[in-house]
Amino acid sequence: MVLALALMGAAVAMVAFYVPEDADQGLSQKIFYFHVPIALTAYACFGWGALKALLYLWRRDPRYDLESYVAIHLGVIFGAMTLVTGMIWAKISWGVWWAWSSNQLVLFLVLFLFYSAYFMLRFSVEDGPMRANLSAVYALFGVVLIPIGFLAIRLANDFIHPTVFTSQGPQMAGSMFATFVVCWAAMLALAAAFYGIELAGKRLDARLRELRELLAP
Amino acid sequence: MNYAGDVAALLRKDLLLELRARETLPAMALFVIAALTVFHFALPAGSSDLAAQGLLWIAILFTALLGLSRAFVSEREQGVLDGLVLAPCDRSAIWLAKTLSVLSFLVIVEAIALPAFGLFFSAVSLRTVAAVALADVGLCTVGTLLAAMAVTSRTRELLLPLLFLPLALPIVVGGVGASVAEDGGRYLGFLAVYDLVFAIISWASFEYVVAE
Repeated sequence: MVLALALMGAAVAMVAFYVPEDADQGLSQKIFYFHVPIALTAYACFGWGALKALLYLWRRDPRYDLESYVAIHLGVIFGAMTLVTGMIWAKISWGVWWAWSSNQLVLFLVLFLFYSAYFMLRFSVEDGPMRANLSAVYALFGVVLIPIGFLAIRLANDFIHPTVFTSQGPQMAGSMFATFVVCWAAMLALAAAFYGIELAGKRLDARLRELRELLAP
Repeated sequence: MNYAGDVAALLRKDLLLELRARETLPAMALFVIAALTVFHFALPAGSSDLAAQGLLWIAILFTALLGLSRAFVSEREQGVLDGLVLAPCDRSAIWLAKTLSVLSFLVIVEAIALPAFGLFFSAVSLRTVAAVALADVGLCTVGTLLAAMAVTSRTRELLLPLLFLPLALPIVVGGVGASVAEDGGRYLGFLAVYDLVFAIISWASFEYVVAE
C-alpha cells in the first residue's frame, strides 16, 4: 500500500513536471500515461483471475475461487476506468466521445460486457463448488476471448488508433518511456494493494460469518 | 461402450425427442422467417444490400440463441442431467452430443433461412454459405457450454444471451466480413481458428460445468 502510494505520487509528479509535452498532441497526450497503464493493469487483473481460476479447477481449493473473483472484480473496475479515460482522450484528440475505429476501446467495451455477465452468472448460482466451477470456466473463456476478440476487432476495422508499440520497440523518447514505466508500475502496485485489501476484507467477512453461525443457537 | 458410441446414443436421444415432441425446430424456423420479415421493415428504402447481409447474421445469431436456450430444458425438467453425470461415460460426450444435436437443428433451419433470405433480399454467395457453416460450429460449441451453465443458475434463460453475445461477437465479425469484404478468405480462416480454439476449451471444460 505504501509502495503503491509512493509510486502513484512519483507517477503524477513525473507526468506533471518531468515529461515533455507531445509535439503533435500537446498537453492532452499526457492522459496516455494513465490510460494505457490502466488498460494494461486491467489485462493483468483478468489474466491473474484466469490463472487463479485454472489453479482452482486443478487444486479444488476454495481460496483460489475467491482470489480469482477479486482479481476479476478489480479488472472490471480498471476496465471501466480505461473506457472513461479512453473516451476523454478520444473526445480531445478526435473530437468525438466514442470512436468505433479505436480497436482497444471497442475491445474494452466487449470485455466489460463479458465480465459484467461474469457477475450476473456468479450471483445467480448458489454459493458452493458449482458456483466456483462455473466462474472459473467462464474466467478462462475470458482470457481466450481477449486475443480472439482483439483479432476480430482488428479485422473489422481500419487503423486510426495510434500504435505506439511496434515490433521495433517503443516509438517514444526516453523520458516519455521512463514516465510510462513508472506510471505502469504505480498502477500495478495500486491494483495489487486493492487486491490485498479486498481479499483480506472478504476473508474477514467469511470468518465473521462462521463465528456468528457458531454462536447462534 | 466407447466414446463414439456414447455420443451416438445421446445424440439419438436428442433427435428422437425432437422428432416426437417437435418443440424446438419449428419454433426456430418460424422465428428466423419472422425475423427476416421484420428486418425488411427495419431497412428503409434505398438501404444497400450490405446492410441486409449484416442483418442475415443477426438473424442467424438470434435463431441459434433461441435453439440453445432450449437445449438443456428437457434435461433440467426431468432431472436427466444428474443421471447423465452419474452415468459411466466421459462427461464431454454429453457436450459433444448436445452440440451435434443443436448444430443439426441450426443447419436444418438455415436450409430454410438462406433461400428465404435470397427470396426476400438478395442471393446468398457461396462464400456466405461457407461462412455460415463455419459460424454454426462456433455458435454451437460455445453456446452449448454456456447453455449448460445458464440452466444451473437461478436466472436460467435470461442469463444465456448475456453470457453468449460478447463471446459470439468474433463470429459475427468473421461472418459479416466473409459476406461483404473483397477478400473474404481470411475471415473464413478466422472463423476456423475461432471454432478450433473454442471447441477445444469447451470440450475440456464441460466436465466442470455439470459436475461439482
